[in-house]
Amino acid sequence: MTETTLTGRFAGLANPTRFLALADRLILPMAVLSLLLLAAGLVLGFRAPADYQQGTTVRIMYIHVPFAWLSMMCWGVMSVAALGTLVWRHPLADVALKAAAPVGVVFTGLALATGSIWGKPMWGTWWVWDARLTSVFVLFLMYLGVIALTRAIDDAGRAGRAAAVITLVGAVNLPIIKFSVDWWNTLHQPAAVFRMDGPTIHPTMLWPLMITALGFTVLFFTLHLAAMRTEVLRRRIFAMQRLAARREEGRSA
Amino acid sequence: MTHLLYVAAAYGCAALGLGGLIAWIVWDQRACRQRLTRLEASGVKRRSERAPS
Repeated sequence: MTETTLTGRFAGLANPTRFLALADRLILPMAVLSLLLLAAGLVLGFRAPADYQQGTTVRIMYIHVPFAWLSMMCWGVMSVAALGTLVWRHPLADVALKAAAPVGVVFTGLALATGSIWGKPMWGTWWVWDARLTSVFVLFLMYLGVIALTRAIDDAGRAGRAAAVITLVGAVNLPIIKFSVDWWNTLHQPAAVFRMDGPTIHPTMLWPLMITALGFTVLFFTLHLAAMRTEVLRRRIFAMQRLAARREEGRSA
Repeated sequence: MTHLLYVAAAYGCAALGLGGLIAWIVWDQRACRQRLTRLEASGVKRRSERAPS
């Protein structure tokens, strides 16, 4: 496929009607695919042997780790959308950023909650202010900040540009989260999957983890697409209400 | 609390969180579609929908 065709297709999505038609076609198959992947991953995960040290609590890994990965990936998606707003001025970029934030805050909240529940039997405490947990908590607060900002400013364009700047500044936190376990002495264990010397998890647990991670990733994009579709409809309503108000003003003048 | 209860609590928490998110997205979309239908029924049209004069 030539670069011109790709650019053309990307630019074609700038048309909200075309985007809504594509979203309508994709959402249901993506939802079904995510359910199938999650069901397969969790069945394999619960049939895998318990960990020799952690026992059955290792099964929390199949949800905690994907939530943690996706909490960072969502901010990455928002950062690309922020570039789309500030650099390419793509009309759907700020829609994508605004729609991703509530999904991101839930995934980050679930990463913190499931991690805390896993931490109690393994570490003997629900929470410690170590580098990994604190940096993820900061990410959670950053999501809340972006959600508040995008809803506090009425002008969608201004709100989008402000949120884009905040998102790009906040992206500095992503490498801090990733490398916090290497840079500081933390209670949280170091990376066990994405390592230079390969994963340290046994394949019987690694495969279910990768399948659930893929399932949650497809679920994330399904929810993001659905939230984007709603945001496009909301902007359409706003434009129509403005037109109706102008018409009323014209009649009364 | 046995280890199995911690696993159940984590999965329950995830189900609640994701269920709530999905319910909110579906409810928000329905509310938007209803408002759009009401606006269209009242005769308000977008510029792109109006017939060229």
